[in-house]
Amino acid sequence: MEKLLLLGDEAIAQAGLDAGMSGMYAYPGTPSTEIMEYVQASADAAERRVHMTWSSNEKTAMEAALGMSYAGKRAMVAMKHVGLNVAADGFINSAMTGVNGGLIIVAADDPSMHSSQNEQDSRFYGKFAFVPIFEPSNQQEAYEMVFDAFETSEKYKLPVLFRITTRLAHSRASVLRRESLPENLLSLPSDPKSFILLPAIARRKYKILLEKYETLRYENHISGYNHFKDGTFRETGIIACGIAYNYLMENLKDTSVDFPVLKISGYPFPKDLIKDLASRCNSILILEEGAPFVEESIRGILDEGIKIYGRMDGTVPRDGELNPAIVGKALGLPVSYGQDVPSVVKMRPPSFCKGCGHADMFMALNEAVKPFGPGRVFSDIGCYTLGALPPYNSIISCVDMGASVTMAIGAADAGLTPSVAVIGDSTFTHSGMTGLLDAVIKNSPVTIIISDNSTTGMTGGQKSQATGRLVDICRGLGVENEHLRVISPLHKNHEDNVRVMEEELEYNGVSVIIAQRECIQTATRRKRS
Amino acid sequence: MKNDIILAGVGGQGILSIAAVIGLAAVANDLFLKQSEVHGMSQRGGDVQSHLRLSDKPVSSDLIPFGKAELIISMEPMESLRYLPWLSENGWLVTNSSPFINIPDYPATDDIIAEIKKVKNHLIIDADAIAKQSGSARSGNMVILGAASAYIDMTFESIENAVIKLFGRKGNDIVEANLKALKAGRDAIQV
Repeated sequence: MEKLLLLGDEAIAQAGLDAGMSGMYAYPGTPSTEIMEYVQASADAAERRVHMTWSSNEKTAMEAALGMSYAGKRAMVAMKHVGLNVAADGFINSAMTGVNGGLIIVAADDPSMHSSQNEQDSRFYGKFAFVPIFEPSNQQEAYEMVFDAFETSEKYKLPVLFRITTRLAHSRASVLRRESLPENLLSLPSDPKSFILLPAIARRKYKILLEKYETLRYENHISGYNHFKDGTFRETGIIACGIAYNYLMENLKDTSVDFPVLKISGYPFPKDLIKDLASRCNSILILEEGAPFVEESIRGILDEGIKIYGRMDGTVPRDGELNPAIVGKALGLPVSYGQDVPSVVKMRPPSFCKGCGHADMFMALNEAVKPFGPGRVFSDIGCYTLGALPPYNSIISCVDMGASVTMAIGAADAGLTPSVAVIGDSTFTHSGMTGLLDAVIKNSPVTIIISDNSTTGMTGGQKSQATGRLVDICRGLGVENEHLRVISPLHKNHEDNVRVMEEELEYNGVSVIIAQRECIQTATRRKRS
Repeated sequence: MKNDIILAGVGGQGILSIAAVIGLAAVANDLFLKQSEVHGMSQRGGDVQSHLRLSDKPVSSDLIPFGKAELIISMEPMESLRYLPWLSENGWLVTNSSPFINIPDYPATDDIIAEIKKVKNHLIIDADAIAKQSGSARSGNMVILGAASAYIDMTFESIENAVIKLFGRKGNDIVEANLKALKAGRDAIQV
């Protein structure tokens, strides 16, 4: 079979296509974006008419994928870890309804927060929802697992959580393809009431879900990825989850110590595996990327079993992603080191591109808002969050998608007026529109600046649902025409733009200023092609 | 055989193209490969790096352990120093000498060059100037790769073939410009 050089993200996408997936659903978010992008670039996917358009947010993506599963076809939905917060309602309840066609939810976690607001571990969501979790350690395993994940999903009629982290998502390795499976035919669920979560039905379904979850521990498609290799060293046995296994193997190749190793890549795992390891060793070291998810469950509250080392006792740092050195130290092995970074090396944080409209928008806003005093410009998630850095120092918040609008409303409710929100076009259609409706209904004294670069910029320039629709959307939500302003954030328009902002800041009601200028990156790409 | 290589630079300098060329060459040479990239926020003018691991045996970790890299290839002099914790005792540091200045506190270039010269095995070339001379100012990344190729355990020809493969669909002119820059970089170290 064909061998391909693929990112972890791409291996998952290719596997989805090869395993008969009929639809891919997603909203861009680092480090998950390349999953959808790979499907969009695939000639095979285009020929088969696999669904591959971006969704407005992770919740709409999750629900559309569930709809496709209801209709009998295999679907995948991909998002970054915090996207699963947005999709959580649909995700948790999809475990209750169950699925028809196989359904995989890929959550790409970002430990060490390379490009995120937190480092939450999505495995907790899997347990919370009572669904199987697959956590691949490498690209080939990720590819193989997608087939098993679809099989498990259809066998148990449950959605499956597929958890990866940044290093796997964005690391390339060769992947050997398998023979492709055909797509499912259209079919309805055998139980027509299965998706109706009325309390009487939901109560019955919840009992079924709880029973299923216990039987999953012994499901071969899952436990086939949990294997134990005994060793002669009885002092410490090791449990390595997902990608932590790679860092372990990197260290073990240079040592003669023969540790017993239990690799866990599928959840829930049989308790016997852990008990068996504990019976062979004097202590256990647990290595996992993200939170001490397995460690916590093994320790319990009383922690009275054999000695356990991991993130909770500081053997491994409590936060941040793993690397070979952290794992080497935890194993008590010698760790190499080059030279220290000389003090001449300075930090080089990301910054606005030359010719970015966000930069001119912030220059104008800083001037207009100055007379009102500091601390009133709420912002959101996207390239424009860089307005927090010098020389702009314009914004005071970046919390979650859409929170600029609603936090500005709340601050205005408290008397901080005028209150300002700065939000990007794609973030606005993701989660800003409902907040704007709240503002309109209360006539909150807020000025909302939609910094419209007509793309989803930070993740690499994906199509924005907002493009060409913002004026109509705002008008439709009830923003008054005279307080719905469109400006062009260019240096030459600075004075005019400051004046427009000043006028709207003076207005004691809802204003929306759309600062419209195409992203310099997408504009350059468009002109080149 | 094992080559652990750190690629360094600033977002937009073409690090990922260097990684892609070496990756393609490694696959053509039937080597095992892992290549970890930085995407997302840092690409906006921030420091970026890629860990490239080639070996005739399977590679476990996607990240190179500290002190194990045989080679640092950098598109920018200050960035080349950021990854010294990864460089092995006898490893080579190959860097462009032209600074990319987009921060207010960028240090004096002389101070940076002095630090680079403290590294046991170092090679400093003006990739931007060589790229310009070779007629393709935007191919500085291929110049650096050409220079660094002397320290990679694959033939120069296999790297040329990878360049042809990577840029092939962009047309013959682009392929030729990149090959020329690659060769110019390789020639630059033989003086």
